Amino acid sequence: MKLYVLLKMVPDTVEELNVAGDNLSLDAEYLRFKLNDPDEHALEQALLLKEKCGGTVTAVALDAPEVDDVLFTALAKGADRAVKIPADQAALGTVATAQAFAAWFAALPAAPGADTLILPGSQAIDDLEGEVAACLAELLHLPFLGVVCGVAPAAGKVTVLKEFSGGLRGRFEVPLPAVLGIQSAEKPPRYVPVAKVRAAMKSAKIETATVAPPDPPRVLALQRMYKPEAAGRAQMLEGAPEEIATRLAALLAERGVL
Amino acid sequence: MSATILVLVEQLRGAAADITFEMLGAARKLSAALQRPVEAVVLGAQGAALAGQLGAADRVLVVDDPALDQPGADAAVGVLQQILAQRTPALVLLGGTNVSFGLGTRLAARTGLPFVNFCKGARADGGAVVLTSQLFGGKILTDVQLPDARGIVSVYPGAFPADAGRRPQAPPVEKLAVSAPAAQVVFREFVEPEAGDVDITKQTVLVAVGRGIQSADNVELAEELAKTLGGAVCASRPVIDQGWLPLSRQVGKSGMSVKPRVYLAFGISGAPEHWDGMQNSECIIAVNTDAKAPIFDGAHYGVVGDAVELLPLLTEKIQAKKG
Repeated sequence: MKLYVLLKMVPDTVEELNVAGDNLSLDAEYLRFKLNDPDEHALEQALLLKEKCGGTVTAVALDAPEVDDVLFTALAKGADRAVKIPADQAALGTVATAQAFAAWFAALPAAPGADTLILPGSQAIDDLEGEVAACLAELLHLPFLGVVCGVAPAAGKVTVLKEFSGGLRGRFEVPLPAVLGIQSAEKPPRYVPVAKVRAAMKSAKIETATVAPPDPPRVLALQRMYKPEAAGRAQMLEGAPEEIATRLAALLAERGVL
Repeated sequence: MSATILVLVEQLRGAAADITFEMLGAARKLSAALQRPVEAVVLGAQGAALAGQLGAADRVLVVDDPALDQPGADAAVGVLQQILAQRTPALVLLGGTNVSFGLGTRLAARTGLPFVNFCKGARADGGAVVLTSQLFGGKILTDVQLPDARGIVSVYPGAFPADAGRRPQAPPVEKLAVSAPAAQVVFREFVEPEAGDVDITKQTVLVAVGRGIQSADNVELAEELAKTLGGAVCASRPVIDQGWLPLSRQVGKSGMSVKPRVYLAFGISGAPEHWDGMQNSECIIAVNTDAKAPIFDGAHYGVVGDAVELLPLLTEKIQAKKG
């Protein structure tokens, strides 16, 4: 199988996010980027499929802070190729991001065939204009299913598990080529030691592919970006851990659950 | 007739989901301000049967092609594309759920209309429509004004009250002569939730763990507390995805919705997807190292601290109290 994984960097929400002076963007000063969680699962799902039925895994990303590390990590985990499209991802909305990926696919020597599966992450925390995966499927005129949590290959198609809610899932058949938005891989994303990533940095290379810059960079014009005002605020318990534990135990006793 | 506000009735296994009424409530509010009628569109053979519940709409549009009975958005895209071309609604409201996932993005790509995701608020400003969306796990809000007050909107579950979208009258029903194009993606079967060793929806006390629990080994600390309290352990998505707890313990948008008497959240930031599944708990106690974690905005009690340190201490205090 020809497996393509699309990797997108997103702001790390473990860090505090602040709005820049323009009130329209995030303050870049303390911003740290990380790989979008579902994209990490998309990579894992591609590697699992490669192990099961052979083929190649190509990881493709737009340019963004830390993205080289992410692409080398993908190579260290078992991806065969890593490609960087030199378009500034942070400046692009999701529609333009999908357009950049679509332009890259359009420039391939052969159009995606019945052995091709494109696996972006299902969604991201900055998908204001929509999901890259769904938009890409439309641009490439390919079948699409999102919130996918399992993929089993069959001749010329894949059998796919999709999440609904309350633990309910559905089994679908999707003809290939297709775009599947991966929410979670069948196994937890594999760990790769730093030494192996360093080795990949020395022995492998990231290919660069130029595509025409998407225009416009964003579909939606923001009026304002701001931090939410809390509707309420928890009553905060303060003190040494020992003291807090005593108060929590008393609280639980008051609630009648002991 | 002036351009309408079109609401896609969301259903799974023949029942209209809560998000349907939340969207109808939001649509009614906008309808009054924008002077636009509300139309609810129902797809599938049982469409007419659902119409009686949709009194908050001025009209119900039914496409009763059985090909639209299959769950998921794929079958709906082509039909909605035709309806949008025929009726040119001003606004289209879709559920921001796994059922309708991807639908708005795809319709926007086909129609050229702008799409706004994660919508939590909507207001009319003169003739304009301003939408508020939550981004970055609920940490940031954005306001977007729709050009020409037209667009496709994905409405976040729980953002608008469902009661505002329930009205007893029976609206007129119009059958639309639109047929579903052959779906590329074919539904085969539902896969029921895996039966876990415990049913987390039936617990009085839940000890929930998130990313802040740091390692699989530390889940044991939560198990001990849950055992002491006679409850069970559940988790947010990152813990399940790591394989530290089975799928049957997941709380949130894709997982279970729970409402125990006490929900103890350890190392959970309170991202909207998790909040969805536990916001109706009677008492929420949150422990997180990040004082600005969104969970503290909704919890009843909060502790800024390390879950791994606090868990065994709390277990010890409760054991002492119980003698």
